[in-house]
Amino acid sequence: MIAHSIFFYFFSIVAIISAIMVTASKNTVHSVFFLILDFISISCLFIMIGAEFLGMIMLIVYVGAVAVLFLFVVMMLNVAQQKNQWFLSKSSSDHIPIGFIISAIIFFELLIVVGGWKYKPDLVNPNNISLYNGVSNTHSLGQVLYTDYIHIFQISGMILLVAMIGAIVLTYRQREGVKKQSYVKQISRERSEGVEVLEVESNKGIKIDD
Amino acid sequence: MTDIGLGHYLTLGAVIFTIGVIGIFLNRKNIIVILMSIELILLAVNINLVSFSIYLNDLSGQIFTLFILTVAAAEAAIGLAIIVVYYRNSGTIRVEEIDKLKG
Repeated sequence: MIAHSIFFYFFSIVAIISAIMVTASKNTVHSVFFLILDFISISCLFIMIGAEFLGMIMLIVYVGAVAVLFLFVVMMLNVAQQKNQWFLSKSSSDHIPIGFIISAIIFFELLIVVGGWKYKPDLVNPNNISLYNGVSNTHSLGQVLYTDYIHIFQISGMILLVAMIGAIVLTYRQREGVKKQSYVKQISRERSEGVEVLEVESNKGIKIDD
Repeated sequence: MTDIGLGHYLTLGAVIFTIGVIGIFLNRKNIIVILMSIELILLAVNINLVSFSIYLNDLSGQIFTLFILTVAAAEAAIGLAIIVVYYRNSGTIRVEEIDKLKG
């Protein structure tokens, strides 16, 4: 039990600090790195409380795909010259205290909800966590996911497909001056436009003008 | 203090959610940080769903966390594509200078 609480506090403190650093650090690349650290510590928490499949999936999807995507975009967009100043421009800074107030209100509302949650007494006990009851977490998730939730699963696949097509359509552009092969043009060449057979008289030769 | 219950995880989710909201409100830099704040908010929602799923011994929360992961990945891809296109057209992604849709 002690180990559980020690690990919980360690990972959650790391997660909170790195979440603060995501929003507060001046360099965008550092923000992405702290986002990766945040995802890793939260997925460690997930693995710790027994949702190991989701923890691993979070590692793969977020750290392996989303964060790397962010890094690539940061690299492409040359945001290094755009880093800087918190609160420096005085022109439109009147929304900052309102933002703080609204965030504080949201936080305290969430805390009230958490504090007012009525536990069923037999469920609060962390010993109730069934880490292993014959079926692993991945196995039981798959049993539910591919039977009861199969339609939602397919729809999420469609969402990913639409997102992929949308990203390609958005960022695709026709460029000038890029030499490309045109397969259709190459394949559809006829013999008549490629070769010409001429009669050559002897001792005279023939002149081909280009 | 040493007994970690559901409330601890919910509080962690609330804290991360609030940090994400603050990141959206107070951002003075570029839009990419706003997208990262949205990712933080979705992460907080995932923490809530997973902890409830574990403590109520019901797998539905983890299933929905999977779908939230899917939607978050799609949203990040589309959002970053839009940012790339905007940067290509106007040369900046600073929040203050993006005012083409100014009403």
